Amino acid sequence: MSVLEIDHLAVDLPVEGVLRRVLHDVTLPIAPGEAVGLVGESGAGKSMVSRAVIRLLPEGAAVHGDIRYAGDSVLAMGRPALRHFRTHDVAMIFQDPRAHINPVRTVGDFLVEALVERGERRESATTTVTALLASVGVSDPERRFRQFPHELSGGLLQRVMIAAALAVSPTLLLADEPTTALDVTTQSDVMVILDARRRERGLAMLFVTHDLELAAAVCDRIAVLYAGLLIEDVPTGDLRRDLRHPYTAGLLASRPDPVSPRRRLAAIPGRPLSAFEIGPGCPFAPRCPFAVARCLSERPELRDLDTGRVACHRAEELRGQLLSIATPGAASA
Amino acid sequence: MARVEAPLVAPTEAPSRRRLDWVLVSTSSVIALLVIMAVFAPLLAPDDPNYANILATNQGPSAAHLLGTDSFGRDLLSRLIYGARLSLLGPALIIVIATLVGTALAILSAWYGGWFDRVASRVADILFAFPGLIFAMLAVAMFGPGLLAPVVALSISYTPYLMRVVRAEALRQRNLPYVAACYVEGLRVRTICTRHILRNVMPLLLVQAALSFGYALVDLAAISYLGLGVQPPTPEWGVMVSTGQSAILAGHPQESLLAGLMIVVTVVAFNLLGDRLATRQKGVVRA
Repeated sequence: MSVLEIDHLAVDLPVEGVLRRVLHDVTLPIAPGEAVGLVGESGAGKSMVSRAVIRLLPEGAAVHGDIRYAGDSVLAMGRPALRHFRTHDVAMIFQDPRAHINPVRTVGDFLVEALVERGERRESATTTVTALLASVGVSDPERRFRQFPHELSGGLLQRVMIAAALAVSPTLLLADEPTTALDVTTQSDVMVILDARRRERGLAMLFVTHDLELAAAVCDRIAVLYAGLLIEDVPTGDLRRDLRHPYTAGLLASRPDPVSPRRRLAAIPGRPLSAFEIGPGCPFAPRCPFAVARCLSERPELRDLDTGRVACHRAEELRGQLLSIATPGAASA
Repeated sequence: MARVEAPLVAPTEAPSRRRLDWVLVSTSSVIALLVIMAVFAPLLAPDDPNYANILATNQGPSAAHLLGTDSFGRDLLSRLIYGARLSLLGPALIIVIATLVGTALAILSAWYGGWFDRVASRVADILFAFPGLIFAMLAVAMFGPGLLAPVVALSISYTPYLMRVVRAEALRQRNLPYVAACYVEGLRVRTICTRHILRNVMPLLLVQAALSFGYALVDLAAISYLGLGVQPPTPEWGVMVSTGQSAILAGHPQESLLAGLMIVVTVVAFNLLGDRLATRQKGVVRA
């Protein structure tokens, strides 16, 4: 039984009065305690998925398909049910903590607010949250409590945001690029803390990022989104060993190599398409070195393949070949 | 949704916290003095403001009457001190009412948008078309002269000014990411509007209220001057400018002059204060 089931989700957003498709078809179950990394290029629709889950889409957005939390449709929730879902079941960590925390209120006000709002006493909420601050590595929590967001560094503020998310003891965590706004060393500190707290509490997590490495480091499964379509869903352990989709292989190939950094970075030719631009076939076909006529005319379904799912007509026949693309060092040697 | 925060203000432009802001200090002192004067008028005034002495009319400053007397022989200093009560109470009522109603309407409009916003904004536009003074005269014609009718009328005509400014800022705040984060936390609309948006529009609200206070005071004084507001012999600055004018030709301008001076000082103090608050806010780092 999944804690969250995203079922054939499609989203249209109004752009200058006309609905434009930003997500075509995303089907993604998340099991209790499982971390799923949703990766993709900018504009692939990653954030839209997490926003749709918590019903934070812009006004006028049309949502098709279904999103179920513990069997209940999130899309069908009325106001009280939605409020209960947001205050008890799910919490979100945003990319830019400075923009997502009210600048004129203290850190303490921000942290206890959600708990107070759902009926807890301020004193007990303060105790809970102070302990949480210490557990996410914020030193001197009492002092931080009285400070304003602008007095804290970005990394510290993101820890505060994590503490606020954990405070409501959710079962599902939505993390929308939580470390993108931080520098690399802070990023790893924050990720380690987020990962540790998540594991010890057994939280399920949807981790949205464009950083495939980072997702692979903290997630159990990787889901790859391209132009609003889910094209691959694979256990993290198989990601590098057993490549099934040319796009994922291309992504892996375009990472810098920490061992021999002097090779030229590989790039996928062409530019990423927006969801509304794609033709009737596979969205990646125009850039795919393995595309055949069928790829351009017929859209591949997301189908089960061993441990994961993949949307590629030629997945089976390409399985052996793709590994050499992803590790060009090995190919040239 | 990446939003890059630009480095906001060069450090030299930001007002230093250590250095005293003399404009701010002096204007707020003047305002504080005026308020003290109004509140403690019975203790501060040397004389009964309504005690007329026909034997001592239109006197110049003397030991008995520090600022002289008016054409009825009443002590001008006492009348000015007592006059502060109604002269400040009127605009204060107007600003409080207009601010409360204007802010509530502004935040509701910004939050709900749609037909509520459209109706509220169109009604505000219609009210803009009526000059406040005309509106107040109309009210006096209907309900009779006094303090109440002009105050109510001016409250109504000042509301759209406050509403328009606050609505724009509330609308900006509503679309900031922190409000989305509040949504996700499951906060009630009431909580978001009062504890988050209201708090963020507060600085702007203060500026607008301070600036409007000056205008409201001038408007009310004008109504009194025309004889439509507070009636003589009640001491009030606008009334005093009016009753003192006959003595000007006889060479005794002190009553009109002093009352006018009080009005000018008060208005300038409030305007400078509002202006100062506005410039200080521009220097404040805003996320």
